[in-house]
Amino acid sequence: MSETAKLTYGGAINAALARCLEQMPETLLFGEDVALPGGVFGVTRGLRKAYGERVFDTPISETAMLGAAVGASMMGRRPIVEIMWADFMLVAFDQIVNQAANVRYVSEGRLSAPMTIRTQQGNAPGACAQHSQNLEALLLHVPGIRVAMPVQAQDAYDLTLAAVACDDPVVVIENRTLYAGAKAEVQIGGPIPAIGGHRLRRAGDDVTVVTWGAITSSVEAAVDATGISADVIEAVWLNPFDTDAVLASVRRTGRLLVVHEANLTGGFGAEVVARVVESGVSLSAPPRRVGALDSRIPAAVQLAKTILPQTDDIAAALRSLVAH
Amino acid sequence: MEVNVKDEQLADLHAMWRIRVLEETILQLRIDGDVVGSVHLENGQEAVAVGACRTLRSQDAVFSTYRGHGWALARGVPAEKILAELLYRQTGVNGGRGGSAHFSAPEYGFYGENSIVGAGAPIAAGAALAAKFDGTGRVALTVFGDGAMNQGGVSETLNLAAAMDLPVVFICENNKYSELTPINDMVRNPDLSARAHALGIPAVRIDGNDPAQVSTAVGLAITTAEHGRGPTFIEAATRRITGHYIGDAQTYRPAGELEADEKNEPIVRLKNALAAQGVAASTLESVEQRARAEIAAATERALAAPLTDPSTAREHLYV
Repeated sequence: MSETAKLTYGGAINAALARCLEQMPETLLFGEDVALPGGVFGVTRGLRKAYGERVFDTPISETAMLGAAVGASMMGRRPIVEIMWADFMLVAFDQIVNQAANVRYVSEGRLSAPMTIRTQQGNAPGACAQHSQNLEALLLHVPGIRVAMPVQAQDAYDLTLAAVACDDPVVVIENRTLYAGAKAEVQIGGPIPAIGGHRLRRAGDDVTVVTWGAITSSVEAAVDATGISADVIEAVWLNPFDTDAVLASVRRTGRLLVVHEANLTGGFGAEVVARVVESGVSLSAPPRRVGALDSRIPAAVQLAKTILPQTDDIAAALRSLVAH
Repeated sequence: MEVNVKDEQLADLHAMWRIRVLEETILQLRIDGDVVGSVHLENGQEAVAVGACRTLRSQDAVFSTYRGHGWALARGVPAEKILAELLYRQTGVNGGRGGSAHFSAPEYGFYGENSIVGAGAPIAAGAALAAKFDGTGRVALTVFGDGAMNQGGVSETLNLAAAMDLPVVFICENNKYSELTPINDMVRNPDLSARAHALGIPAVRIDGNDPAQVSTAVGLAITTAEHGRGPTFIEAATRRITGHYIGDAQTYRPAGELEADEKNEPIVRLKNALAAQGVAASTLESVEQRARAEIAAATERALAAPLTDPSTAREHLYV
């Protein structure tokens, strides 16, 4: 039965996890500090108490943790693993790329790995280079896994449910700057949504902006500040990516801007631009991308600001696109 | 019930011959060009797979390395399906998607080879973790080589399994070579079982060329796991009497080593032991011939099967 609750982004994820543990007895939830302490960001608070041994802490061993998720999921469990920072995922990339992503394909569908990896990424003031990276493009280069990136509380709830219910490995990339934000009305208890789709955050006629992750709010601010009539498509699912929605919008606006917090080179923005250009849709201006200036990320706030896209950068790109 | 030791030994001999002949056949198919790519044979190491698999139950799950054809065969996967897999036929266990080094056959409790050294260990721990919740009584068994002991993930997994009392059996086939490099040059303490012991895991070092010893050790490990006492580590000393891969010239071996290893390989040893017990040469011969006939017929059928249809190449990527 669907009802409404006032939840933060983190609270919405907690509610979704609680529902998964409640309604899917095959779910397991584990990771570093997730059970007894309730997570370093408090997202899994109370779940150990409510669901007992299916929620447990692991050693600081990302490879063992993710490998255990692969093996348990091959046997019919539905593990949900928290990788505390996306940067730490790199320690155990083998288990994601060489192992989880291959299970269904190589076994010709005889085995599957219905596991969910929850992690969070991106810069926040003072975060060092190893706690700031935006790594979604690494995952999007790997067929066999799905990738979701919720920003709003409702999406955090819905995408978490969809990810856990999905019979393939899914990485849900959250953002720690959002966990303890303002509470929002969240519909809970409704049907479990399927994976995929996008969210239209602004509707307009002159430019299509495709974006994802926490920077979406900077995009909205830039659109509002410039007064430019823009479609803002938030790609809450990056795999599967809603190419059709982007093409339909660009066909109407004739202009494309892609904005992500990740580095420009090899970022998924390049893929979005390529898909639009290859489609042959008529463009009235060359497509633009705004992303991090290819760099390591400095801890110093004033330096990081130079590297990472700011609202003004996005506004400038919007203005130059529509002036073309 | 009285166990007829001689019958058990003859069964082990037959099981080892099946693996040996399968591997010899694969070598020939590779030389003939019917099989392509990188292939790793387990000639000389058959006793570990045979002793372990005859002790496992149907609910147990095996995770091997890329040197895994024999493990699959010992687990019950038909030779024809293994050969067809290496030949990329529709009738292969994975329709050719796994190939020699990365196939699985879960319907036989064989959850797969792995082409990344040591990567099967954490996955096996996960299968054991699932058993804590699914009531199957499953024990997961993972086998890896001595070289895999230097992969971080294996150490992580040993500790995780110990900390969580997971029902998993770790078998380290110590064949002295970490791929092409002597393992003793890559470690200070050549007793690899000491690492597991240090993590609180019962660890034994056994003669991996004796299927009976392997069976006993695995049987005890299963009992340990069944009683909720978690993992066991078995370091099985063995030797591969072939290259690391087909084409490995083995120039790294000291003179005379291979010849010595061939005298002590498990089939020769068990044949000699049975002969010493008075088993007729004709009986021993018939055991070998039975294996040869089975694999020859399986090879013929595998070669006759159609290749997997190229139009299916992108199927099963997602649900």
